[in-house]
Amino acid sequence: MRAWYFSENAYPYLPDASTYESIRVNLPNKYFDPKVGAELYHRYFDEWQYADDVGLDLMVNEHHQTATNLNPSAAVVTAVLARITKKARLLILGNPIANRRDPVRVAEEMSMIDNYSHGRLECGFVRGVPYETSSSNTTAVRMVERFWEAHDLILKAWTSHDGPFSWEGRFFHHRQVNIWPRPFQQPHPPVWITTMTPSQILRVADRNYVTATFLTGYDQTKRIFDTYRARRQELGAPMSDDRLAYAALLFVGDTDEAGYAGARKLMWYLTGNKVPPQFRNPPGYASHETVAKLLKGASTAFDRSSPLETCIEQGIVFGGNPDTVYEQLRRHHQAVGGYGNLLIMGQAGFLEHDDTMRSIELFAKEVYPRLKDLRPSSEPATASR
Amino acid sequence: MTTLLSAESSLTIAGVTLECVQRGQGRPVLLLHGAGGPRPSAPFMDMLAQRVRLIAPTHPGFGNSPLPDWFDNVDDLAYLYLDLLDRLDLHDVILMGFSMGGWTAAEIAIKCTHRLSKLILVDAVGCKFKDRETREIPDIWALHPSEVNKLTYFDPETFAPKPDQMTDEQLLMVARNREAAAMYLWEPYMHSPKLLRRLHRINIPTLLVWGAHDGLATPEYGRSYCAAIPGARMEIIEKAGHTPQNEQPEAFVATVMRFIEGK
Repeated sequence: MRAWYFSENAYPYLPDASTYESIRVNLPNKYFDPKVGAELYHRYFDEWQYADDVGLDLMVNEHHQTATNLNPSAAVVTAVLARITKKARLLILGNPIANRRDPVRVAEEMSMIDNYSHGRLECGFVRGVPYETSSSNTTAVRMVERFWEAHDLILKAWTSHDGPFSWEGRFFHHRQVNIWPRPFQQPHPPVWITTMTPSQILRVADRNYVTATFLTGYDQTKRIFDTYRARRQELGAPMSDDRLAYAALLFVGDTDEAGYAGARKLMWYLTGNKVPPQFRNPPGYASHETVAKLLKGASTAFDRSSPLETCIEQGIVFGGNPDTVYEQLRRHHQAVGGYGNLLIMGQAGFLEHDDTMRSIELFAKEVYPRLKDLRPSSEPATASR
Repeated sequence: MTTLLSAESSLTIAGVTLECVQRGQGRPVLLLHGAGGPRPSAPFMDMLAQRVRLIAPTHPGFGNSPLPDWFDNVDDLAYLYLDLLDRLDLHDVILMGFSMGGWTAAEIAIKCTHRLSKLILVDAVGCKFKDRETREIPDIWALHPSEVNKLTYFDPETFAPKPDQMTDEQLLMVARNREAAAMYLWEPYMHSPKLLRRLHRINIPTLLVWGAHDGLATPEYGRSYCAAIPGARMEIIEKAGHTPQNEQPEAFVATVMRFIEGK
């Protein structure tokens, strides 16, 4: 098991949520105080650097037009990390390539980071959250096709070394593709793709890419991972747990009380995500069946108001003292059939620097060594809960 | 969604299968629906079918019309319906389009009018008149659904769709229509940058019919549209928003029939 530390680098110092419609897309940036924000960036870099020092790998993501995440360019952040860290693998999870007008630019930037870091880049591609069809002005209709065309173009740009090739696709046109530099890792950096439902996973499994799933708890995570494993078996191809990753909120305290308190602060990530229906459910993003349910008033993803105990029970949050967190992780890992990567959202909202650093330290010293030997079990998800 | 269309209710034009309602006798009226999808059972449809021959196809991706994978914009629709006019060998056709169907009708009329006799644009979109920082049509995908209803209807209470009262089947259709609308309208948003420069080519009598309270494509927008089409005139329907055919069907049908019958 490898553990990857990340923070969404939120800017939580906002007016009361009742005064704005949405924390995403249309929240005016007058609420971003550059003096405060600049310091926050440096603080978050310190936390990533510390996670590198204590032996964790690092993850970076990006979001746009939102106070929940100050990194509209994961490439920029990771370029800095490539220079200021020494050991950690650097995972971008990821590049929202269906929302990018120019996939060749993504191929170039990733190659630069791979060279800066002497081959430590792990390059994720994500479909992107529904809200960001607005900030990128890209339609969600045929988004999956656009995603895969961008992927194909990037992969070809990374692996072509004999001068320009031509690309006249459905969505992207480049007649002279010939990137400099090419990636440091050959033939290209490892590729990750996030999936939230089993239906998206076949093409990921076919390519033996790492798949990551966010906050999908017990049953949905097991369904996704099982589908991946079944596909590899169907192909007669090897399967390793390092192809699977699970992301959750995690806080380790010296005591259970301290751990729960920190975890509750992390939950700002859930409770602070105020987004109205027009941004949650843009046309073309979800299946017709899902849209029909949403139109009828079904809620999306998770209930923002669930208490910590419920979130822990659901496997969305891990929190407590080192023994408690280890036990929660062991149970989840076993229940879903195992995975080789744990993506730790270890900082969110108002969780202060000292608490963040202490949790990283406790995780690295007290929990992580025990996780390295975790092996999956064959028990079904329900039996072990 | 896969659907089975009966031979009587569908047409296949150049490999594209369309659900198509054909009702009534008399002068052919090719009716192109708006982004909300077809409304075959709307009262205005019954009223019109008593007076004219209605040919009302469902755009690919909407209703029960399949979406070919290569299809993606209003220009595709315009050529499809030019093919339909040829296929059915129609002459002296009244071409009438609502909202994005009005845009489609304009795109047809700038290309070729030899099978058309008159053009009716109802609260049409498709043109851009002002500068790059003036969004003439509100961004319906960035507004709360209740706000969109207020802009769309004079009387939203009565006429706005009520998802909580719909069957699952109806909701699936709404979901399908909304996705199709986004495919046709997302970018450039609800317009073709070239249409305004081409409207001068329309060489048949043209009527614009507008809801007085349309908050999406406002009457002011309609007047700009009207001014760009040679000889066109405009009629306002009172107490109606973006869909005067639904909010004021009698007044709407009376207005368009006066124009169709040349009185």
